[in-house]
Amino acid sequence: MPFGTVTNSGPPLLQLEHLSTHYVSAQGTRVVRAVDDVSLTVRAGETLGIVGESGSGKSTLALTLLRILPPAARIVGGRILFEGEDLLQKSETEMQHVRGKRIAMVLQDPMASLNPLFTIGDQVGEPIRIHEGASRRSAWERARALLKAVRIPSPETRVKQYPHEMSGGMRQRIVGAIGISCEPRLLIADEPTTSLDLTIQAQYLNLLRDLQREHNLALIFITHNLGIVAKMCDQLAVMYAGRVVESGPVSQIFNTPKHPYTEALLNSIPRMTDTEQRLVAIDGQPPDLSALPAGCAFAPRCARAVDHCRVAAPPETAPAAGRTVRCWLAEPALAGVGAESGAA
Amino acid sequence: MKRYIGRRAGYSLLSLFLLSLTIFFFVRVTGDPAALLVEPGASASDIAAIHHQFGLDRPLWVQYGIFMSQLFHGDLGQSFYYRTPVMALYLSRLPNSLILAVAAMAFSLIIGIPSGILAAVKVGKFWDSAGKVFALLGLSLPAFWVGLVMILLFSVYLGWLPSSGSGTPWHLIMPAFALGWYFAAAHMRLTRSSMLEVLGSEYVKLARIKGLPQWFVIAKHAFKNALIPVLTLAGINLVLMINVAVVVETVFAWPGIGRLLYEGIAFRDFPVVQGVVLMGGAMIVGVNLLIDILYAVIDPRIRLEK
Amino acid sequence: MSLQAESLALPARSPRRSTLSHFADVPIVPLVILFGIALVAIFANQLAPHNPEIGSLSARFKPPFWQAGGSTKFLLGTDQLGRDVLSRLIFGARISMIVGFTAVIFAGTIGTILGIVSGYLGGWVDQVVMRLTDTWLALPALTFAIFLAAIVGPSMWNIVIILGITYWTRYARVIRGEVLSLKEREFVRLAIVAGCSKWTIMRRHILPNVINSAIVLGTLMLGVVIIAEATLSFLGVGVPPPEPAWGLMLSDGKQGLMVGYWWLTVFPGICIMLLVLSANILGDWLRVKLDPQLRQL
Repeated sequence: MPFGTVTNSGPPLLQLEHLSTHYVSAQGTRVVRAVDDVSLTVRAGETLGIVGESGSGKSTLALTLLRILPPAARIVGGRILFEGEDLLQKSETEMQHVRGKRIAMVLQDPMASLNPLFTIGDQVGEPIRIHEGASRRSAWERARALLKAVRIPSPETRVKQYPHEMSGGMRQRIVGAIGISCEPRLLIADEPTTSLDLTIQAQYLNLLRDLQREHNLALIFITHNLGIVAKMCDQLAVMYAGRVVESGPVSQIFNTPKHPYTEALLNSIPRMTDTEQRLVAIDGQPPDLSALPAGCAFAPRCARAVDHCRVAAPPETAPAAGRTVRCWLAEPALAGVGAESGAA
Repeated sequence: MKRYIGRRAGYSLLSLFLLSLTIFFFVRVTGDPAALLVEPGASASDIAAIHHQFGLDRPLWVQYGIFMSQLFHGDLGQSFYYRTPVMALYLSRLPNSLILAVAAMAFSLIIGIPSGILAAVKVGKFWDSAGKVFALLGLSLPAFWVGLVMILLFSVYLGWLPSSGSGTPWHLIMPAFALGWYFAAAHMRLTRSSMLEVLGSEYVKLARIKGLPQWFVIAKHAFKNALIPVLTLAGINLVLMINVAVVVETVFAWPGIGRLLYEGIAFRDFPVVQGVVLMGGAMIVGVNLLIDILYAVIDPRIRLEK
Repeated sequence: MSLQAESLALPARSPRRSTLSHFADVPIVPLVILFGIALVAIFANQLAPHNPEIGSLSARFKPPFWQAGGSTKFLLGTDQLGRDVLSRLIFGARISMIVGFTAVIFAGTIGTILGIVSGYLGGWVDQVVMRLTDTWLALPALTFAIFLAAIVGPSMWNIVIILGITYWTRYARVIRGEVLSLKEREFVRLAIVAGCSKWTIMRRHILPNVINSAIVLGTLMLGVVIIAEATLSFLGVGVPPPEPAWGLMLSDGKQGLMVGYWWLTVFPGICIMLLVLSANILGDWLRVKLDPQLRQL
């Protein structure tokens, strides 16, 4: 169920336009199109879910947004408009003012994300000290308040402890506290619940929702779990082989998916009412991103592919207001145009 | 933490025990103890006295008992050449070796750590390649040859530095460099790889995500974590340096325990040789234990172990 | 910005290049040097212009031919006994190669066997071997080698044995680690289920799989061993005179150092450096090629 106050008026908070990130091997021989022609929109206070298999490019997309890519990666095209400014035009120093302060991110493995040699208080207060020039003392106070805000019991004691003394669930909350410490407008959560126990997951997701409401935070939720998407997100983007194959409001996509991949994903979720004994899986393997086939990337695994699908990659089209899809079958009229349309 | 230290201390004792056993074994069983323990040119009554003192005609385990009890009392025998107890001789020379080792270690760290960090931060670029060349040379050139070439260059040709002896800081420069050269390369290598590993870690990633400037990330988050293995190695290397300095001390006639060992060999002064080796091994065990304790104090994960 | 590349799941593998092209980027110069030195060592008798062990006292301390006082008869000069430096260097190569390779093979054999046995059998065998290794590592290798040499007396084969005994621990540690992870692999379990004896498994299944690491370690140890031998010879407890070991030449050369007879020091050192450098470069290359796991060595 979608939730939260979605302000549809005014310009969107974040707008990605035809964003592409490629990894180039040292000799320049292999090019991996990790993110290919991605366009997305996020409004203030809204939650966008990004779903895809491993290797679909979702994490690279997140890193691209913050421009923290390894040296082998290159952003080859597009724009990232955040609050009207193109982030790709900013210098490294300017980006440092954006990171942590205006856009924050929560990583997947909280144990690895926290530096084992420093106290919790130090690490939570750090962005406050750097971005707002706060003194050690006041940063420490704010850290305590933040721990309380993420519902960690006895924050006064916890703040002086070290990461290895906390449980997994607590660590993830701490990373969340770090994320909201400077009141960002946008929080990117890269599979934040993957390393948590199921019982903790629900608590954590509720926490995120409450924080979002209190701070009018926009949330980009990267996951491979459609159940979480159903619970948390307003909008959804499905990624495959670096491209967004479908996007739109969550309820609409769940009810009427337009891309065969989305359909297959939804079908593969086992339901209590299923009478079938077998689990439904999607045949085949995700493609090698350095050697994508000509035509639609999903065609080899698609049950409904036609010849044209293997010839040319479908462009992004808008079959309805607020929805996009990349499939010849959704816009059969275009299929007859042949080689003119290719991957953007 | 106490249990951790207790365990480590136990292991150290075991190592010391095995060390003494090994030394004893090699002398008594493979060498010719009579020839070694007896001064060259000794008379028959002297030889008999030695036999009695070391119990060379008694069963091995009795000999070992005598050996261990001597060790316990700090009795390493008497030097043939100097006619003084080996232990006293050793202790008098040790400070010199320590000075040399500390100077060489300082040199190796001052050169090694910054260049390692630079190579890691600028990986794949010029400084990294330069660092690699430096490391390779450092690990491939024997220390004593570096010393000899330095003497050739700075003493014989340029006349800037004294070629041997000790006493002034000028005397220290070349031996410290020659000795530290190899270790500078080793430290640089380790710093580089440790730094690279840390730079690729998740917490450094998070630090950058927080918007911390690059230099801050390196100085605060990366540095301390990357240094842990390097300092461990440095500690071990300090003692290693003292022992390995044999050749450098010989080349520069630096009056440390390395030179003492050389004299022991040159003068066929076996008690000295045995004493230096025993003490050398014992020092390494001791320093390893100290480092483990230091580790326990620094790393909160161990310090707070229940 | 040096962050580690994020790993993407790329299940479709690119086709395997042939083994030959896989090794095509071998560092040529070190290989040539190593090969060259080996050839020199083998054909020393043919190559050396003079007898390395006999010199004429009338030709003492002659400088290399390009300096005043030198002659083309003694291309690189002579030492304190009038012996030709070039010939001594050539025969010294033989000593360095023999001692180096034999000691490495010796240390490698002991270390690999102990590593396999201790890793595979585990239990108290493992504990004993590990304690032994730790103690051995506590002894400074060089000092211990000196100690042993002082006891048994210097000779070339004694040195080989001593170096082998001193350096086997590095092998044992690494090989044991490999064996520990190999133990869990399918084919080992299959062999156990099939009823093979422990010794058979160790010999036929484990051993071939650790040979790679042993070889890589061997190349890395070669440099260490050669420097160790040179050091021992320099101190007078290595290869004894009149054999022309490079370390011994350096020790002799010390006499003439203060008077400026530089060729006695520089040339043997350069030879050692070339040999060790080549061995190290090749060892590094081999390590990266054959087994990425060993990268932390």
